[in-house]
Amino acid sequence: MVIEAPEIARKRKAGQFIVLMIDDKGERIPLTIVDSDNEKGTLTIIFQIVGKTTAQMAQMEKDDFFLHVLGPLGHPTEINNFGTAVCIGGGVGIGVAYPIAAALKETGNKVISIIGSRTKDILILEDDMRKVSDQLLVATDDGSYGFHGFVSAVLQNVIDSGEKIDIVFAIGPVPMMKVIANLTKPYGIKTIVSLNPVMVDATGMCGACRVSVGDKTKFACVDGPEFDGHEVDFNLLINRLRMYCNQEKQAMEKYKCECHGK
Amino acid sequence: MENKENTEKKEKVPRQPMPEQDPMKRIYNFNEVPYGYTAELSITEAKRCIQCKKPSCIAGCPVDVKIPEFIQQIADGDFIGAARTLKETNALPAICGRVCPQEDQCEKVCVLGKKGEPVAIGRLERFAADYERESGNILIPEVAPPSGKKIAVVGAGPAGLTVAGDLIKLGHEVTIFEALHKSGGVLIYGIPEFRLPKEIVDAEVEYIEKLGVKIITDAVIGRLKTVDDLFAEGFHAVFLGVGAGAPVFMNIPGENLSGIYSANEYLTRSNLMKAYRFPEYDTPIACGKNVAVIGGGNVAMDSVRTALRLGADNAYIIYRRSETELPARAEEIHHAKEEGVQFKLLHNPIEYIGDENGWVRQIKCIRMELGEPDDSGRRRPIPVKGSEFTIDVDTVVVAIGTEANPVIPKTTQGLEVNKWGYIMANGETGETSREGVYAGGDIVTGSATVILAMGAGRKAANAIDAYVRSNKKS
Ligand SMILES: Cc1cc2nc3c(=O)[nH]c(=O)nc-3n(C[C@H](O)[C@H](O)[C@H](O)COP(=O)(O)OP(=O)(O)OC[C@H]3O[C@@H](n4cnc5c(N)ncnc54)[C@H](O)[C@@H]3O)c2cc1C
Ligand SMILES: Cc1cc2nc3c(=O)[nH]c(=O)nc-3n(C[C@H](O)[C@H](O)[C@H](O)COP(=O)(O)OP(=O)(O)OC[C@H]3O[C@@H](n4cnc5c(N)ncnc54)[C@H](O)[C@@H]3O)c2cc1C
Ligand code: SF4
Ligand code: SF4
Ligand code: FES
Repeated sequence: MVIEAPEIARKRKAGQFIVLMIDDKGERIPLTIVDSDNEKGTLTIIFQIVGKTTAQMAQMEKDDFFLHVLGPLGHPTEINNFGTAVCIGGGVGIGVAYPIAAALKETGNKVISIIGSRTKDILILEDDMRKVSDQLLVATDDGSYGFHGFVSAVLQNVIDSGEKIDIVFAIGPVPMMKVIANLTKPYGIKTIVSLNPVMVDATGMCGACRVSVGDKTKFACVDGPEFDGHEVDFNLLINRLRMYCNQEKQAMEKYKCECHGK
Repeated sequence: MENKENTEKKEKVPRQPMPEQDPMKRIYNFNEVPYGYTAELSITEAKRCIQCKKPSCIAGCPVDVKIPEFIQQIADGDFIGAARTLKETNALPAICGRVCPQEDQCEKVCVLGKKGEPVAIGRLERFAADYERESGNILIPEVAPPSGKKIAVVGAGPAGLTVAGDLIKLGHEVTIFEALHKSGGVLIYGIPEFRLPKEIVDAEVEYIEKLGVKIITDAVIGRLKTVDDLFAEGFHAVFLGVGAGAPVFMNIPGENLSGIYSANEYLTRSNLMKAYRFPEYDTPIACGKNVAVIGGGNVAMDSVRTALRLGADNAYIIYRRSETELPARAEEIHHAKEEGVQFKLLHNPIEYIGDENGWVRQIKCIRMELGEPDDSGRRRPIPVKGSEFTIDVDTVVVAIGTEANPVIPKTTQGLEVNKWGYIMANGETGETSREGVYAGGDIVTGSATVILAMGAGRKAANAIDAYVRSNKKS
């Protein structure tokens, strides 16, 4: 989805996100800025339908507008010339990995990208990722395209091939980031993950987004969203993401009823 | 002599109580608790004031409201006139009449309080302001000729709104930048509907806009643009009224379990996002059956009374000192008790225990006793060894205070902060270490009151006016 927000487009850097609110009764939801066009003053976001707000966004049409767009938020990704960087994106996480890969490439890194999805049809940004990578590896869970299996297995192969990796960026579902962080730890490869806890204000005011990193509590919206994957308490994040499960189902069902009613 | 006779005569009329919703009904709704005085009650109460020649009450008010004057107008039935008198020194009387800690300010020093009960200044202030708003007869003051100066105000809380309102009247062009999607600061996201209806805050914000102030919401200064960017865009001065918005946690084991909130999050979900009307509104909130609120201030009372209204069977206040040290306003404590809040005083949480899904189930507490007075003059609470026990809970709200949000200081060069991260500013003018940058309200003093934030705003507005008019640079 492309949104017009010229001031944010001008300021934003890789790794930052925005908060959207569709209407007065809506929820504030955070989404990563995948790309921006300074001339047109637009932002690109990519989202997965997981609940009411994202379902409602999927129904939006050209020239519809959001009541509120806030950003750019969070620390930009720290981009340096690390040497060889592996950029891993899972599912819509590829959207977040893409600007990071692009920025890494621009800074002179050798970029190896690994992207994966459940199945071929829902794989996104393959061509864009290829353009900013020295090497692109694709995996699908069901084997319908590329490597048959998880992106973590692909990473293992890269490590086994003797490639010297200086840094890994892993962005995707929490279980994926957890597996990758566990995988790289014994090799001592620095691994950055991008966390997606539930947020409300996203300005450091509420603490909804607290995560535990190196046994210290951090607010992902202002201290992150990127953290050292070897220090993150992923189980806590998984639990906290489930906090509103029942209410989210209720909201979704109510929304579906209202849609069918029309 | 004359005064004395008066005192004796007038004392016979007691302080008029304010009608309010029955506690057993109101815990099932979010409507405002007190209904406010009627015109008759107001006149009766206003006539209790003996119109002191040297009124001590005024000295108790941080913005020097002309108290005897507006009360006399009420007594004479000139309610609109009373509202105008209030607005000469207090831009937000409908709000202050509701949320000022009057028992520590104006009413504390009212002479009638020496022998009996003080005049209900806050209730009268509320009545006059409500009367004016409901009558629609709101005066739009004259605005001075354009000065050609542009001022940026960061934060639309009471401090920022006051600065903006004052400077626009002085002829400057004023733009407010607010991080959230609605203006009002704590008034809109923190203080609950049942204590301060949002309609009143909205009306005040609308009034400021009517005066010509431009408000840009969804604008986090420090992220979207920095203070330096604002100067580069042509603003001649910047006021920082960003509040003390960052929540404090105790850093005890289990504090990140699901079901544990900061008061800011709990109240923001309920008030700003209207989670109490979920699923009509999309934002959810945990409606626990056993809810514990940690802390004893206004914020804790607001949280615990919100919990009751969201359906809690047991709502506890857990506070480490005793009843006399409770920092909340007397009225809030009284209301909380009436509504059935259970006070666990001289208790302190030391650990949270969760279930297999990481949801909080128990608080481990320790009993406290009071020792010698500490720096704040209050007796220091000391844990009683071996007194640990647990309370069953499913929701916890941590309301032990807030601190400065570092976004602005971190992104503004040359802005000095103290060791707690609060911006250093001159108490009389709001001047900071950076030329052209002023600050006031909670970001300077730490969490205080609405009226103090407004008082700081007023002083800063005067200083900014003088500064931009004398500034040669532009
Ligand atoms: C910094 C950050 C960047 C993100 N970037 C993207 C992105 O680029 N693309 C994308 O598809 N998703 C992204 N997300 C996740 C996205 O915010 C959630 O999927 C979205 O909020 C779900 O809203 P919903 O109403 O559709 O679903 P709901 O039914 O409300 O919730 C479904 C699930 O989404 C999560 N969620 C719910 N509310 C929030 C919230 N306010 N904040 C965060 N997570 C929430 C919870 O885990 C929940 O179980 C990002 C999250 C964060 C914190
Ligand atoms: C729950 C609660 C109950 C209270 N009850 C009472 C009471 O009964 N009586 C009383 O007198 N006081 C009470 N207080 C205290 C009172 O509300 C505050 O002292 C007062 O609101 C401070 O005003 P302020 O303008 O300094 O800041 P705030 O009201 O905090 O406003 C600051 C504004 O700045 C915005 N902001 C922050 N950072 C940025 C940024 N980087 N860019 C743009 N905007 C930004 C915020 O979103 C906010 O809108 C209560 C406080 C709370 C939390
Ligand atoms: S503003 Fe507050 S302190 Fe001043 S008179 Fe009104 S209620 Fe009293
Ligand atoms: S001190 Fe009390 S009685 Fe005297 S003028 Fe003030 S409000 Fe009236
Ligand atoms: S989302 Fe509120 S502090 Fe991070």
